[in-house]
Amino acid sequence: MTEMRYEAPTTLDDAVALLADSKGSTTVLAGGTDVLVQIHMDLIEPDLIVDIKNIKELTAIKKEKGGYRFGAAVSGVELMDHEDFCQTWPGVMDGVKLIGSIQVKGRASVGGNVCNASPAADSVPALIAAGATATIVGPKGKREIPVEEIATGPGQTSLKDGELVVSFFLPNSPAGSGGAYQRFTPRTEMDIAVVGVGINLTLGDDGVCSAAKVALGAVAEKVLVVEEAAAALVGTQVDEAALDNLAAAASAACRPIDDKRGTKEYRIKVAGVLARRVALIALERAQGGQK
Amino acid sequence: MGMKPSPFGTQIPYEEKDLKVVGTNPTARPDAVDKVTGKARYAADINVPGQLIGKVLRSPHAHARIKSIDTSAAEKLQGVKAVITCDDFPDMPVLHAAAGEMIVNFRDVTRTMMAREKALFDGHPVAAVAATSESIAKAALKLIKVDYEVLPHVIDVVEAMQPDAPLLNEEQFTKGVEPAPEKPSNIAARMTSKLGDIEEGFKNADLIVEREFNTKAAHQGYIEPHASLAIYTEGGNAEVWTSTQGHFLIRAQLAKVLEMDVSRVKVTPAELGGGFGGKNSIYLEPLAIVLSKNSGRPVKMVMTRDEVFRASGPTSGTNIIIKIGVTKDGRITAAQAILNYQSGCFPGSSLPLCTPTVFTRYDIENVLVIGNDVVCNRPKVAAYRAPGAPMIAFGVETVMDEIAEELKIDPIEIRLTNAAKEGTQTHFGPKLGPIGYIETLEAAKVHDHLKAPLEPNQGRGIATGFWATLGMETSATLNVNQDGTASFIYGTVDVAGGMRAAYSQIVAEELGIPFENVRAIQSDTSSLGFNFTTAGSRGTAAGSMAAVKASRDAITRMCEVAARIWEVEPDQVVWEDGHARPASANVGDFEPLSIAEIAMKAGFFGGTIAGHAEINVTGGGPGFGTHLIDVEVDRETGAVKVLRYTIIQDAGKAVFPEYVKAQFHGAAVQGIGMALNEEYIYDENGIMENPGFLDYRVPVASDVPYIDTQIVEVPNPNHPYGIRGVGEVPIIPPLAAISNAIYDAVGIRMRDHPMSPPKVLAALDEAAPAAAAE
Amino acid sequence: MKKHHISATINGDEVDFLCETSETLLDVLRDDLNLTGAKEGCGTGDCGACSVTLDGVLVCSCLVLGVEAEGKEIETIEGMADGDELHPLQRKFVEHIALQCGICTPGLLISARSLLEKNPDPTEEEVRFGLAGNLCRCTGYQNIIKAVMDAAQEMRGA
Repeated sequence: MTEMRYEAPTTLDDAVALLADSKGSTTVLAGGTDVLVQIHMDLIEPDLIVDIKNIKELTAIKKEKGGYRFGAAVSGVELMDHEDFCQTWPGVMDGVKLIGSIQVKGRASVGGNVCNASPAADSVPALIAAGATATIVGPKGKREIPVEEIATGPGQTSLKDGELVVSFFLPNSPAGSGGAYQRFTPRTEMDIAVVGVGINLTLGDDGVCSAAKVALGAVAEKVLVVEEAAAALVGTQVDEAALDNLAAAASAACRPIDDKRGTKEYRIKVAGVLARRVALIALERAQGGQK
Repeated sequence: MGMKPSPFGTQIPYEEKDLKVVGTNPTARPDAVDKVTGKARYAADINVPGQLIGKVLRSPHAHARIKSIDTSAAEKLQGVKAVITCDDFPDMPVLHAAAGEMIVNFRDVTRTMMAREKALFDGHPVAAVAATSESIAKAALKLIKVDYEVLPHVIDVVEAMQPDAPLLNEEQFTKGVEPAPEKPSNIAARMTSKLGDIEEGFKNADLIVEREFNTKAAHQGYIEPHASLAIYTEGGNAEVWTSTQGHFLIRAQLAKVLEMDVSRVKVTPAELGGGFGGKNSIYLEPLAIVLSKNSGRPVKMVMTRDEVFRASGPTSGTNIIIKIGVTKDGRITAAQAILNYQSGCFPGSSLPLCTPTVFTRYDIENVLVIGNDVVCNRPKVAAYRAPGAPMIAFGVETVMDEIAEELKIDPIEIRLTNAAKEGTQTHFGPKLGPIGYIETLEAAKVHDHLKAPLEPNQGRGIATGFWATLGMETSATLNVNQDGTASFIYGTVDVAGGMRAAYSQIVAEELGIPFENVRAIQSDTSSLGFNFTTAGSRGTAAGSMAAVKASRDAITRMCEVAARIWEVEPDQVVWEDGHARPASANVGDFEPLSIAEIAMKAGFFGGTIAGHAEINVTGGGPGFGTHLIDVEVDRETGAVKVLRYTIIQDAGKAVFPEYVKAQFHGAAVQGIGMALNEEYIYDENGIMENPGFLDYRVPVASDVPYIDTQIVEVPNPNHPYGIRGVGEVPIIPPLAAISNAIYDAVGIRMRDHPMSPPKVLAALDEAAPAAAAE
Repeated sequence: MKKHHISATINGDEVDFLCETSETLLDVLRDDLNLTGAKEGCGTGDCGACSVTLDGVLVCSCLVLGVEAEGKEIETIEGMADGDELHPLQRKFVEHIALQCGICTPGLLISARSLLEKNPDPTEEEVRFGLAGNLCRCTGYQNIIKAVMDAAQEMRGA
C-alpha cells in the first residue's frame, strides 16, 4: 500500500515548490468538500495532499484599489459573514450561498468550487458575470486570467503543473450596476444546479442598459459566457421584448447533455426561464444602486 | 392478505374504560435523553477489543456470469486475516419463509448475500475480506480478481416481461399460470384476486376509466447504513450485534444459511437508526460471522451509503393498469387491476400483500386483480412502509378523481358513496369489522383546509389509504422487581423510539402504577422466545397485546401472593389501582397490599413475580386515512411546491397521541419525497447512477410544509385498548394526492412517477397546444 | 502505515491522537476517541449526521481530515449538555418529540445550536433552510422545527 502524504505549507513559495517537485499524483486541499468526497468514493488516491489553508494570501478578504480581493481558500461562511463584501457583491454571494449546506460552506472555498471544474458550480457563473479574474502562481511566476478561462471541461482546468489559484479579484463596477445568480434544482437546498444563470448589468442615467454579461452553468461542458444574451439586454430598458430576446439567446446557446439531473430539452428551456428571472433581479439591484 | 392468520391466535376483546396513562403524552420518552446526548448505541457505534474491519467486494456489472475468483493476492496482503466467497457458504435448496411483510426463499437468500453462479445486479456481493484496518481491507478488495462474463441485462419491469428479454434465471417458469409454461420467463409468478363477476360488473357501468401508471423504485432512505459486529467463538457459537427490525428473524435466517443450530446464534438488536421495512433481511451478518470464524477475531462491517443504495432493498418499481366502472351516480360496479412489480434479482415482491388489497378502500362487488412478480437486474426488493401500496393508491385514487370530475361529483362524496365499512366484503377474504374510513372522510369534509382559498396555479388534491395491521408471534416478559417497579422485556424492535413509551404506558395502565415505574427493555434472542419481526405496523399493536397479557399474568401471580399472605383463596383477591384488595367485605378486613409490598414478600410466598406472553396475535385492526394537500406548480419550470398538508387517520386508539401524529408526519414526508423526486436511476449498462443522498433526493426541511394532523378513533374490537397499526397508512395517499392536486392546479394528469420538474414541464408542454386548440 | 500525531481540544479537553492521512475527523472521533455521537450517514457531506463545530464553525466531520484538526477546537454532541443539565435545544427536542430513531439527532442539535448562535430569533422558514443540511427520514422535520423555534424563544428570554 502506498503512503498518502499530507503537507500544510505556510508560504506560497513552499506550496508551489511542493506542487512542482511532487512525483506521483498531487491534490490541492482547500475546504476539502470535493476532495474528501473523491477520496471517499475511491475516485482519487493522491500520493500527496497539499493543504493550502495556512497560507495568508489564500485566506484573506480585502478591499484593494479598484476592487475586492479574496483568497481562493476563503470559505463560503467567511464570505457570508463579511458584511461589506456581501453588500458590495450580492450577485456573487447568490452563488456562494448555494454551494452546499451550511456545513459544507463552513469548509468549501470559491477556489475549490472553481478548480473542481464542474459545469454546475454555483459560484462560477456569478463570478464570471461580475468580471472576476483569478491570480495564479506557479513555478514560472504569477499570472492573472479571467475566471472563465480556468475550467476547460468537466474536472479539467487550464492550470499547468505546479500552478495554484491564489485569489480572485472583483473589479469595482460603475454606478448603476447590479448582479444576480439563480439556479434551478428539484430540491430547495442540498442539490446540484440543473441550470444556473449569472447576470450582471449596468444601467445608464437614462435607465438604458449600457453593459451586461451573462453566464450559464450546467448547460455545457463548462460555464458558458453568452454574448448574444448580453447583447439582447444592452441598449434596452430591460423590457419584455429584451427579456424575451435574452431568454431565447440563453436557450439557443445551451449545448447540454441528458443526465440523471436533467434532460437536454429541460435544461434548454429552463435556461431561458431562469435568465429572464435573474435579469429582473439584477435590474432591481442596479436600480436600487446596488452592484 | 399475504400471510394466513393463525386459527390459534390471540385476540383480547376491546373494553371501554377510563384510562389514566394510555392516551396521554408522556413528558419524556424513555429513549429520548440517550438520543439527544449522543449516548444511544447504534450498531456502528459498538466496538470490541481485537476486532477486524470487514469490507465487501461488489459486482460492477448488472448481470454477469462469475467464471472465477482469485483471492490469493488479497490473502497475502499484510493485515488481511480472512477472505471469503460463496465457497465459504453452503448452497441452499428452495425453501420459503416469512420475513416481515414479504416471503423469502433460502435458495435466493444465500445468493443475495453472496453471489454464486452469477452476479445479478450492480453492487451484488462477490467476496468479502477482514483486515486489521479499513484501509487495508479496502486495499485487499482491489487485489481480488474476478473473471466475469458480462451478460445482457434488463432493468425495466415491462421490458423484463417481454418474451425475448435477457433471462436472469433460465430455470424459472412462471408459477400460477395454467397450463404450466414451457419457456422460462422473468415473470416468476402470477397471482390473482377475484370477487364477483368482473365482466358483468363492467356491463353495468355507465362510465369506465382505464389508465396506466409507472413508478420507479424508491429506497427506504434510513440515515443509518447497515452495520453488524460478529464474534464466532471456539465453542461454535455466534454472537451478533446488528441494525435490524427483527433479531429473531435474523437469527433464524443466519442459522439456516450457515447450517447452525438456532440455539448457537445469539442476535442483539442495537438501537435502530431507521428501517422502514428495509432491515428485515440478512446482508452483512452472515459475512461477518464467517469472516470471524475464519479469522478467529471479532469482525465489524458497516456499509457505505453507496452500498446501501446499490445493494439493500428498495421498494418495487411498478407498471400498473387500473380500470374502474361506475354508474352515473358514482357507484362502482367493477374494478380491475394489473400489477406488474419488480422484485429485483430474485422473486418475492410485495404482490402477495398488494394483489388482494388493491380496492379495499371501497365496497365493490366485482373485482379482478392480476399481479406479475417480475425479476430484473436490481437488488432484491425489500419491504418499504406499506410495501407496494403507495403505487396502487397512485393508480386507484387518481382514477377515482378522474371519475368524480367526469361525473361532476365531489371527490369526497364519491368516496363516501363507495366507502368500505363494517360488513364490506373484501377481495382478500373476510368481511371487514368496524373501521374508521367513513369517519376520516367525514372529518375531511368539514376540515378548515377545504375552506382555504387557492391562487392561480395552485391546486388541491385528496386521496385515501388503507393498510392492514400484522399480528404474528409475539413474546414478552414482565418482571415485577423487589421495589415494585416493573421491567418489561419485549421482543419486537423499537424501530423509531415510540414503542418503549407505549409499552410502558400499557403496563402502567394495567398494573395501576405510574408510567415512570415501568421500564421497557429490548431483549436479545436469548432472553425471550421467538418474536416475529417488527413489520406491518405491528410494533405497538401486537406488542401491546403481549404487554396486556403479561401484565394480567403478573397480576394473577400477585393476587396469589396476596391470597397466601391473607390466607384466603386467590379468587377472593382483586387487583385495583396498583393494589391487591379483598374482592368483597366478606373476604376479611385486610389493608390493600401495594405492588411494592407484594413484590418484597413474593420471594417467600411462592417466588419472584413475572408475567409472560407467548402468543400469536391475530385480529389486527385495519387502518384508513384521508389526506388533503395543496400544491403550487411553476408552469415555467415544472416545479411542484407543497403548500399545505392535512392527514386524518383512524388510529383505533392512540396510546401516545403526539407520537402517533409524529408517525403521520414522517410517513407523509416520505410519501412527498417519493412522489416528487425520489427514484432509482440506471445508466445503459444497468449501473445505478444516483447511489447517494445528493442525487437520490429525499426531502430536506425546507422542501416540506407544516403538516396538520387529526386522529380519529374507531376502536379495533379485537384489541383490549382498540389499537390499530398507524405507521404505514400515511405513506399511501401522498402520490395520488399530489397527482390530483397538480391536476387541480394546472390541468395535467401525472401518471408517471416521480412527478419531477422535467416530467411535469414536459406534460405541461404536451397539454399546451391541446389547450390552445380548444 | 505512518500516522500523524495530532493535538486538539475536544469539548474543552486537550486530546492527542494518531491518524492516517486518509482518516477523516469523523473516523478519528468515532474510532479512535470513542466519541460515537456523531454518525456517518453518507460520508459525503450530504446528510449532516456527522455535524460538529471546528473553531466554532459548523462542519461535516466526514469532510475534514483528522490531520486538519491540529490545534483546533472541536465541539461534538457529547459536550452539549452541561453535566446532567441538558441544553435547552436537547430539552425541547425531548419535549416536542423531535426525534424518532435518533440517528440524525446529534447532528441536528449541533446544527441547530450553531443556527441559533448566529440568528437567535429565526423565522420558521429560516430554521427550515438553516437545517436543510441535516437529513431526517423519520420525523418529516415538523417537530424538529417546533422544538428549535421553542428553544430559541426560551433562550432569548433567558
